[in-house]
Amino acid sequence: MTVFNLAIELAYWQQTVIRSVLALVAVLLPAGTLVYLYLFKMMSFMQSRLGPMEAGPYGSLQLLAEVGKFLQKEDLYPRAADRVVFKAAPFVVLASTFLLVLVLPAGPDAWFINIDTGVFLALAVSSISVIGILMAGWGSASKYSLIGGLRAAGQLVAYELPLVLAVMGVVIQAGTLNVQEIVLAQANGEIFGWGGIGNPFLITQFLGFIIFLVAVQAELTQPPFDMPVAESEIVTGYLTEYTGMRFLLFFIGEFATAGIFSALAATFFLGGWYFPGLDPTDNLFNLLGPVVLIGKMLLVSFLIFWFRFTYPRFREDQLQQLAWKVLVPLSLLNIVATGVLKVIF
Amino acid sequence: MVSLFVAQIRGLDQLESSEVLVAQNVFFAIIALVMVLAALKMVTTENIVHAALYLVIVLAGAAGMFILLGAEFIAVTQILVYIGAIIVLFLFGIMLTKGSFGTEEGEFIEKSQMAVLVAVLIVTVASGSFIDSFRYTELSREAPSTTAEIGDTIFSQFIIPFEAISVLLLAALIGSVVIARRDQ
Repeated sequence: MTVFNLAIELAYWQQTVIRSVLALVAVLLPAGTLVYLYLFKMMSFMQSRLGPMEAGPYGSLQLLAEVGKFLQKEDLYPRAADRVVFKAAPFVVLASTFLLVLVLPAGPDAWFINIDTGVFLALAVSSISVIGILMAGWGSASKYSLIGGLRAAGQLVAYELPLVLAVMGVVIQAGTLNVQEIVLAQANGEIFGWGGIGNPFLITQFLGFIIFLVAVQAELTQPPFDMPVAESEIVTGYLTEYTGMRFLLFFIGEFATAGIFSALAATFFLGGWYFPGLDPTDNLFNLLGPVVLIGKMLLVSFLIFWFRFTYPRFREDQLQQLAWKVLVPLSLLNIVATGVLKVIF
Repeated sequence: MVSLFVAQIRGLDQLESSEVLVAQNVFFAIIALVMVLAALKMVTTENIVHAALYLVIVLAGAAGMFILLGAEFIAVTQILVYIGAIIVLFLFGIMLTKGSFGTEEGEFIEKSQMAVLVAVLIVTVASGSFIDSFRYTELSREAPSTTAEIGDTIFSQFIIPFEAISVLLLAALIGSVVIARRDQ
């Protein structure tokens, strides 16, 4: 059942330009959606208030107002700061986000890069942001920034391990590191011979899904894992000295990364761009896929932000204990179990 | 010495003009230039954090080189291991132990003569041995091996070296823990 056929054949450079522009959209669109939908509205409702209501109908233009406010602010930096490192830091963090979005497929042909090492690449580039955060902490020449930067780096390094190990179960089950093929493995899979909804790895890898979400929460330095920006102890950590445009870049980076990690979780565990009941090779999915993926992404990020708004902050030692004594052993157990079951079935 | 190298390079087989990959060569030139400049800045800069950050550029350039060769697995490994882990460890160590930040000059003790001597020695020995051993080796025209092939090779043909390295790393890990906890 081929409904849509692309009538135009695009040259390689035209495809590349289109994919690059769409990557920009894929970073900014989730960031804006998450900030308005969850940070402005859902958080307000959970705290029994209305949230922004003045700018536009139902406060829908509040985002534009916020961006305008940040753009107008003076570009300040501390006198003792290392200016080059200080100025470059937000761009390093944002570069990590832009590289991360590349591995996400949104349809049979709607991908940015389709390579064999997709999962591996995603986990590798997500670690680049640590360098940007350390640069911000050190370049600001402020104690709070340095302590915040070191806390963030320690946390990100500790939680990278459960993040990687949680995905390994999916990789073993799908038998590939290629993200596109992981989606197809779920779309073409069967649950004990019944292929009605494919085989989303959420069912078999439920433990992996939970570990992945907890690790993502820590990687995003969101509550309950927000010691790096704990306002009652170290002002706002590595963000303390940033204002205006550079703060906005960090902010966009944080929420875009939240969106992309949610989309990755949706891709690994919920079947990605595939919608049950249709043929995964159908050209229709090049248009429907992005919509399905965004829907699943909003579902996963709802969970992430729900935890963000409702849980109090951990202590630093509790945080490290959770990573090394609970999440890592559990994910290793998950890998062993998945490997054994893969060989048996 | 230089004339010997030039003579050896001239001795290499010339590629046909139709086989030259223009885009690859342009990107190779750009990346190589950036890498060389960053490497020079890395060893000459007075600030140790700057040196670590210049090293990031050099290592990212190396990853770019591997991508140009089509060896994406090694490129990603380069990013994950060197940029994501080792440089972060460097920065972490510097920031935890030094306790100073901002621009601070004169952190390195001048030992430039020795450094130049070592650099010249390394370049001579390494390039000499590379040219000597790969002079008559033809580049493979086949597509580079896929990730699945790499995995299969590591766990079949190279399983014993792989396991030996794993045990060695484990020993180093336990050793570092023992040394760090000596006081208890």
